[in-house]
Amino acid sequence: MAEQFTRPFGSLGSAEQQAAFGTSDGELSDGSGLISPEPVHKPTRSRQRSLGLRVVGPLAVLGVWWLLTATGVIKPFTLASPPTVWRTFWDLLLHQNLLSDIGVSLVRATVGLAIGAGTGLILGVTVGLFALGEELLDSTLQMFRTIPFPALLFLFIAWFGIGETPKVLLIALATMFPMYLNASNGVRNVDRKVVEAARSFGLKGRSLIRQVVIPLSMPSILNGLRFSVGVSIIALVFAESIASNSGIGYLLNNASAVQNIPVIVVCIILYAILGILADLFVRTLERRLMPWRRQVAVR
Amino acid sequence: MTDTPGFGPPAVVLRDVTKSFGEREVLSGVNLTVAEGEFVALLGASGSGKTTLLRLLLGLEEVTNGEVLVPVARTPVFQEPRLVASKKVWRNVVIGLPKERATREAAVDSLAVVGLDHHADAWPGTLSGGEAQRVALARALVRQPKLLLLDEPFAALDALTRLKMQALVAELVATYRPGVLLVTHDVEEALLLADRVFVLKEGRISLDVAVGLRRPRVVGGPAFDDLRNRLLAELGVVEPNRWQPLVEIEEPTANGAAAPN
Ligand SMILES: Nc1ncnc2c1ncn2[C@@H]1O[C@H](COP(=O)(O)OP(=O)(O)O)[C@@H](O)[C@H]1O
Ligand SMILES: [Mg+2]
Repeated sequence: MAEQFTRPFGSLGSAEQQAAFGTSDGELSDGSGLISPEPVHKPTRSRQRSLGLRVVGPLAVLGVWWLLTATGVIKPFTLASPPTVWRTFWDLLLHQNLLSDIGVSLVRATVGLAIGAGTGLILGVTVGLFALGEELLDSTLQMFRTIPFPALLFLFIAWFGIGETPKVLLIALATMFPMYLNASNGVRNVDRKVVEAARSFGLKGRSLIRQVVIPLSMPSILNGLRFSVGVSIIALVFAESIASNSGIGYLLNNASAVQNIPVIVVCIILYAILGILADLFVRTLERRLMPWRRQVAVR
Repeated sequence: MTDTPGFGPPAVVLRDVTKSFGEREVLSGVNLTVAEGEFVALLGASGSGKTTLLRLLLGLEEVTNGEVLVPVARTPVFQEPRLVASKKVWRNVVIGLPKERATREAAVDSLAVVGLDHHADAWPGTLSGGEAQRVALARALVRQPKLLLLDEPFAALDALTRLKMQALVAELVATYRPGVLLVTHDVEEALLLADRVFVLKEGRISLDVAVGLRRPRVVGGPAFDDLRNRLLAELGVVEPNRWQPLVEIEEPTANGAAAPN
């Protein structure tokens, strides 16, 4: 039978048809059978309001903490109250050189992260790009990856003493793997067709990697950086509380020995702030390094 | 296969080219030349090895046997735009060119030819399908190719954009006169654009016809239809007369009801 007589709606189940005959939640018909479609993208909030919403959570935590300690539900020797912590913080700052401890910790984390994530990036790109690299490196790296990094600290201390080297090395090692895994995966998932096209337009070697492969794997690489940054803080705490005479971890370890709850809480909050700052840093990088992701047509 | 009269020296030569993937021989002894300034269309059913042949010319695949000669200045337009999402449109156009040639000016000039100079600073992700494919065309043109290799470059476009793009390519080729090898499965497209049409069938060139139609061409007319039917027959499509319904429409029954659905 001739098709045009039997299929009034063209292809069944098409998007157009759903738009024409189905109404989704929230779309109201006015009786004429016509509706105005609900926009999928809700209007975006202003920066200030968005920021305001972001601080609601942390403020709520602070409020509950304050309330519970002020009313005595939580005893001071379990958790110090916000005012006590605040006083302790100022005391540490003014009389115990807290600033230099923070500085020392920051330098360790940054240097370790730069070495570790940098190495991870190079290894990841190599393995993602070249079959030879994958065959040579991947199994070895996977083997080392499963070693819990704290175990290595003791070996490093035996080798290098308790100076800066074992700490930075530990952070570098711990941050290398997340970056390696994400970068190699990202490079492997770059659209081969685009790479092939770039090749046939004359790009090769280093410029192909720099201009095409790295930018297109940037989402994965930055994801790796996120993980690496997180791990760097954990490694930092660990390295500083085992063998150190400076840094936030050293402070924490000393406070722990004498059960000085307010100092412990100050240190924990400092780590949390460090985490937030690191996240902010990665977010800024994301916006800077991937400007093409801001406005993309769906086709 | 000899030089085609009226055109320059050969821009492509394939001699007894064989290509196998494992056991499977996709091309078995292809002979073909395209002259400089000649527009050749390569027709073939899906899976007949058209893309494979183009990839051989681009150096993206290796021949199993035979000889392939191409100019250094050759450039592809793929079925998809294949733009680098992290580069602005104009940088995509001059991608891979040596520094002194990879200027914004060169890119904008080339974009102007395809009518997109005002999008030079856009991100590829913001373009429509047709615009992206025009950028791909600009990216090919900026290289001033001796040989343009088009792999169904209009197949993914809507009908209206396709017509515009075909007209644009015809005009550009007439102006810059590169050798062109257009791979397509669309017989009418081949007849609209090409000076010569090859049919690729069972791994060989099974038909080689010159298209003597005057330009600018339109679809239809006795000479056009004659060629079209010949090519379709070669491709194994039997279409006796396109204006006759393929299926007889049944007579309405006595009570006026049409045939059941
Ligand atoms: N890399 C490959 N490995 C194995 N088979 C391939 C490969 N590339 C193409 N083929 C096969 O070669 C045949 C021709 O493919 P192709 O040239 O893409 O056809 P088309 O004429 O549709 O462009 C197909 O049967 C395809 O499966
Ligand atoms: Mg194909």
